[in-house]
Amino acid sequence: MLEVKDLTVHYGAIEAIHNISFSVKEGEIVSLIGANGAGKTTILKTISGLIQPTNGQVSYYNKAIEKESAKQVVKEGISHVPEGRHVFGGMTVFENLEMGAFLRKDKEGVKSDLKRIYSYFPILEERKKQDAATLSGGEQQMLAMGRALMSRPKLLLLDEPSMGLAPIYIQSIFDIIKEINKEGTTVLLIEQNAKVALQIADRGYVLESGEVVQTGTGQELLESDAVQKAYLGG
Amino acid sequence: MSSFMQQVINGLSLGSIYALIALGYTMVYGIIKLINFAHGEIFMIGAFVGYATIQFLNVGLVPALIVAMAASALLGVIIERVAYRPLRKSSRITALITAIGVSYLIQNGMIQWVGPNVRPFPQVLSNVRYDLGLFSISSIQLIIFGTAIVLMVALQLIVHRTKMGKAMRAVSMDPEAAQLMGINVNHVISFTFMLGSALAGAGGVLVGLFYNTINPMMGFLPGLKAFIAAVLGGIGIIPGAMLGGVLIGLTETMVVAYGDSLLRDAVVFVILILILLVRPSGILGKTTKEKV
Repeated sequence: MLEVKDLTVHYGAIEAIHNISFSVKEGEIVSLIGANGAGKTTILKTISGLIQPTNGQVSYYNKAIEKESAKQVVKEGISHVPEGRHVFGGMTVFENLEMGAFLRKDKEGVKSDLKRIYSYFPILEERKKQDAATLSGGEQQMLAMGRALMSRPKLLLLDEPSMGLAPIYIQSIFDIIKEINKEGTTVLLIEQNAKVALQIADRGYVLESGEVVQTGTGQELLESDAVQKAYLGG
Repeated sequence: MSSFMQQVINGLSLGSIYALIALGYTMVYGIIKLINFAHGEIFMIGAFVGYATIQFLNVGLVPALIVAMAASALLGVIIERVAYRPLRKSSRITALITAIGVSYLIQNGMIQWVGPNVRPFPQVLSNVRYDLGLFSISSIQLIIFGTAIVLMVALQLIVHRTKMGKAMRAVSMDPEAAQLMGINVNHVISFTFMLGSALAGAGGVLVGLFYNTINPMMGFLPGLKAFIAAVLGGIGIIPGAMLGGVLIGLTETMVVAYGDSLLRDAVVFVILILILLVRPSGILGKTTKEKV
């Protein structure tokens, strides 16, 4: 469903990623792993229309989307949970979720999706009237994911969902990612925490300083020497 | 005591006009971190449009207010589109200098076009004073309070209840995340300029009523004072602009009544210096997080 080909992105004169190619098939969980600075966030931002690439294509259901606005990309069913959550402080949990459905006109559908998200994350329903800035890191991550799901995406982009979270939250966040995927949402996940990311992934790509250096199924990568050495301390 | 109460009423009516203008400064700052120094000129244009509508079309106050607000809103949107949007990615100082340039352009354009002379604002309503014992209140003051309150309540409803208002708050908190929701940030910025400028336009008409006169330089001082009001309340914070406006209006009136009327402007600038030294985030700066 998503095909990234020879993608190159510059920030000013600095090349952030170089000729990256990968694909995501409908129904999969795909993980991109790599150290800080490997260009993972840049890739997601390019897909979601926040950054324009210097070169290369992003096609989504065989349609080029690399020149489209962020709004158009959301409309077509791609939703992006940014690194560091970026919930809207000063707005309530409920208002944050509402913003996720900004482009939707089907009120009934939005209502039922809200219920679904509250069932994934009951804490959000409990705190729906609370200022999003007062939530804990894990709760903010849940809110950011819930907010992204409110657009009813076909493809969910997750940027470092485990970052800065207590282990107990990491487990439950990843359980829910699996559940969301089972219910039909394709997931593209980027992580520094290679172990959790590869455990739930159907396939994975390893990035190093802006290039893909290895690919395989989640299990293969988990067991490969290079990944073991570089990311799993073993 | 009754004379003090009288000054409070006078200060509140001047303050509610400052508050209307300060709201535009604060909303625009909240959303693009720009002090729109042309805002005072938008207020002046509002006063002139109100003047022209009453003078030449012979209509009452309400239609004049509506026309002045619409014209100011349009002017605000055009200024943003033409002067600020091309500089969106430039440094903040570039945009700030541009804002000052736009301000002088409009001011001098108006001097060139209508002349620098002061003209009387048509008195659309007979100024009746109602004596309420402790103080008296004039019909013009009642109109000012009424208009200011209605507009501020409307603004709160827009910002908190409508989709566009919520989008404004989202963009002011986090423009990038707002884009990821599918919010068109440019539309939201235009909308913000539209709202803020409409309020300034209404303020212009009310000042015309309050002081009976208008002139092309009238935007400068009230504009600066409203800016100080926005900083005093906490720039970027809507209730802060309302509070700051009322406080500045009260202070200025009290200085005139009990101090030296020549110091009325100086005192306001002293407030600016003090607030920047003591509490740069403004009175409401830390306690509330609502920024627009």
